[in-house]
Amino acid sequence: MIEVRIAIQHPMETGFRYELGGRPVPKNVINSLVARYNGAEIFRVEMDSGIAANPYLQFHTVARQSGEIEFSWVDDAGNRGAERAAISVTD
Amino acid sequence: MSARRRFISLLAGLAAAPLLPSRTARAQQDDPFASLVRRITGGAAVRPGRVTVDTPRLADNGHSVPLRVSVDSPMTAADHVRSITLLSGRNPRPVIATFHLGPASGRAQVATRVRLAGSQRVLALARLSDGSFWSGEAEVEVTESACLDAT
Repeated sequence: MIEVRIAIQHPMETGFRYELGGRPVPKNVINSLVARYNGAEIFRVEMDSGIAANPYLQFHTVARQSGEIEFSWVDDAGNRGAERAAISVTD
Repeated sequence: MSARRRFISLLAGLAAAPLLPSRTARAQQDDPFASLVRRITGGAAVRPGRVTVDTPRLADNGHSVPLRVSVDSPMTAADHVRSITLLSGRNPRPVIATFHLGPASGRAQVATRVRLAGSQRVLALARLSDGSFWSGEAEVEVTESACLDAT
């Protein structure tokens, strides 16, 4: 079993803030993130403005085979991000 | 209607108006989670227990409060946690996040950092593979709330 930790640089704009000029800053949070281990989904999270800026997530998974974990996320503005981490299992 | 009569009926309206909203407001304060939980569970019973929410009892700053949820579950194919929903008792958007887990998780534990708009209760609702719901909660005292300043 391994512990997976993710940190993403993202402001997680709540939609409750205002610019100096008084205009509201539109809400923009990473609303979902999926982790796939060799293609199979192992973790998924839907987030809202209650998750702090630069979201940090920690979960566990059982590593049976070497391979890679692929993370992909999308925010309210439609921006997508992805990252991969190689896993090697020795026994 | 005379001005005086209008004035009197307005007064009567004012006297009666606060009764209803205050009662519902009080009910919401008693359990800020009730309607949300019902929406998630579809009315199924939620049993307290098996879910532990770990947070610092006192957070200096509501912008980023470390939080960990653990569920007592063997996480096997036959018996595992399917999802954990985190609810805030006071945030303007109370559903903080929903985590989806499964047998591949190995351990029913997730951790993150949350924003809290003031001192409040945080509830974690776990949906198990047998369809049952369990909940646990933590009380966090927040000295400086999130959402107040421009940072």
